[in-house]
Amino acid sequence: MTRVRATLRATPTMLRVGLAETVAYRVEFVIWMLTTTLPLIMLGLWTSVASEPGKQFAQFGEREFVAYYIGALIVRNLTGSWVVWQINEEIRRGMLSFRLLRPIHPFVTYAATHISSVPMRGLVALPFAVILLFSTAGDLIITDPALIGVLAASLLGAWLLTFFMLVMIGSLGLFVDKSTAVFDVYMGIFAVLSGYLIPLALLPDWAQSIARVAPFRYMLAFPVELAIGFYHARGDALRDLGVQWLWVTIVIAAALVVWRAGIRRYEAFGS
Amino acid sequence: MIRVDDLVKTFRVHRRPAGLGAAIRSIFHRKYEIVRAVAGVSFKIERGERVGFLGPNGAGKTTTLKVLSGLLHPTAGRVEVNGFEPRRRDPAFLKGITLVMGQKNQLLWDLPAAETYALNRALFDVPRDEYRETLDELSELLDLANLSTKPTRQLSLGERMKCELAAALLHRPRTLFLDEPTIGLDVSMQVAIREFIRSYNQRYEATVLLTSHYMQDVTALCPRVIVIDKGSLIYDGDLRALVRKVHPNKLVSFTMAGPIGPGELERLGEVVSSEAGRVVLRVPQDRLRDLVSHALANLPVVDLSVEDPPVEDIMRELFRPGSVPDAAAEAG
Repeated sequence: MTRVRATLRATPTMLRVGLAETVAYRVEFVIWMLTTTLPLIMLGLWTSVASEPGKQFAQFGEREFVAYYIGALIVRNLTGSWVVWQINEEIRRGMLSFRLLRPIHPFVTYAATHISSVPMRGLVALPFAVILLFSTAGDLIITDPALIGVLAASLLGAWLLTFFMLVMIGSLGLFVDKSTAVFDVYMGIFAVLSGYLIPLALLPDWAQSIARVAPFRYMLAFPVELAIGFYHARGDALRDLGVQWLWVTIVIAAALVVWRAGIRRYEAFGS
Repeated sequence: MIRVDDLVKTFRVHRRPAGLGAAIRSIFHRKYEIVRAVAGVSFKIERGERVGFLGPNGAGKTTTLKVLSGLLHPTAGRVEVNGFEPRRRDPAFLKGITLVMGQKNQLLWDLPAAETYALNRALFDVPRDEYRETLDELSELLDLANLSTKPTRQLSLGERMKCELAAALLHRPRTLFLDEPTIGLDVSMQVAIREFIRSYNQRYEATVLLTSHYMQDVTALCPRVIVIDKGSLIYDGDLRALVRKVHPNKLVSFTMAGPIGPGELERLGEVVSSEAGRVVLRVPQDRLRDLVSHALANLPVVDLSVEDPPVEDIMRELFRPGSVPDAAAEAG
């Protein structure tokens, strides 16, 4: 309990300093944000295909594509993170040592840094995306307070799931020279099975079966589909929320296992 | 208190020759070698001691410091610092130590040092009153005025090192592991950092284990030295005893008022240098008294000083290829 209290006491300062760092690196930050705009490209492609008369892809018409991809852009902006590069760089340059010398778990200090960048991302990207969403497909957005509550929890779940998946990949840098190569493989799988590239409903049946059991859809497609009204029954939404948080627990545990095993091998390069 | 028993730390190192062919071969077949960075070192340091940790590059000093601070897990042996096993990195242990690495910095690069201080205050859970008091003290000792509000990247090396020390000591650790804390600093800054370390040690009865390639750091701060080479301990004890044992000679400098007869100097001892009325002789310790008496009585001496040989010479002698450190072992 003492550790938890100490962590909670430190949190406001960690967030404040993290925000100060985000502001200091504002140019890099904006460039990084631009790398998450793939949904806008996909939006352009799919809406032009869907605008042809008689074209309908599963439940997706032109408006659904607009709502989906703008939703994907928002969720990706809120949940994306560069922690893989950060961990890799710190391991390679030996800078992880300073993090390890501090009496709060590095997962917490990494998380604080990355959470503190969320308000900046919202400030830059979200007004644009929200206006676009409501002006083109606003009627699809959920209004049921219960589902809005589930959406909020799913966004937190998506952030945690994505963040700790990336922390786990970053921690592999304690075993191999550079785990950013693993991240490239991960991004390929993520792009397809999370619904980032195309909505999962448009995948072949066998791929949809994989996507249903894999964690990736809970990082992106689940909150997006929830937000744009693809869930009609609260029970279904709650069931999938439960699965998402089960994945959150599993991935955090896996990240801790990889981290602990890796730290035993840490060589604190340099100096 | 620090206690190290038979510490061993090995690393698995990938080796390959230069060239494209070797690079391609290494994709399919990698050669690894086990390197023993620390090979069974034991020592004990009591609270409040200032100890110099000496050895040539690659001797295992920094590895040992990293094991002591919990960054590296020992391959074998037992390590205890302030009653804790460092590798477990218990928060109470981390709050009691600090590791300053002269070639690395923990300061947030694009933010003023004050932000790192604030972050460390929060992470180490230092009460605000105590934080302000410590920061005031450190600011005074290190002359930090106006430095803390400049972005780290705009500080000079010396300024940055002072801010590094402040950031590393805000939680008032009682054990300081200092790895080359004065590297790259000019002479006046080195003196300032040394004075600060001594003052911190005295004020908080802090234990200091210091590595430095600047022997002035060690001679000014550390009555005791631990010397390691190739991962093994070769001396642990009083610095002056080591100097006497390895180089049982003194350097005697004379300033002469006038010329002296040919051969006169050689009769007194080994002439190290002789120019413009200033002569330096190397003389065995047991002949020192006779020599000084003789010189004062028979030569036109206007000034005289007696010094130990520079510690650099001692180290060079100790680590000379083929030199078996028997003298060190005897002195220890």
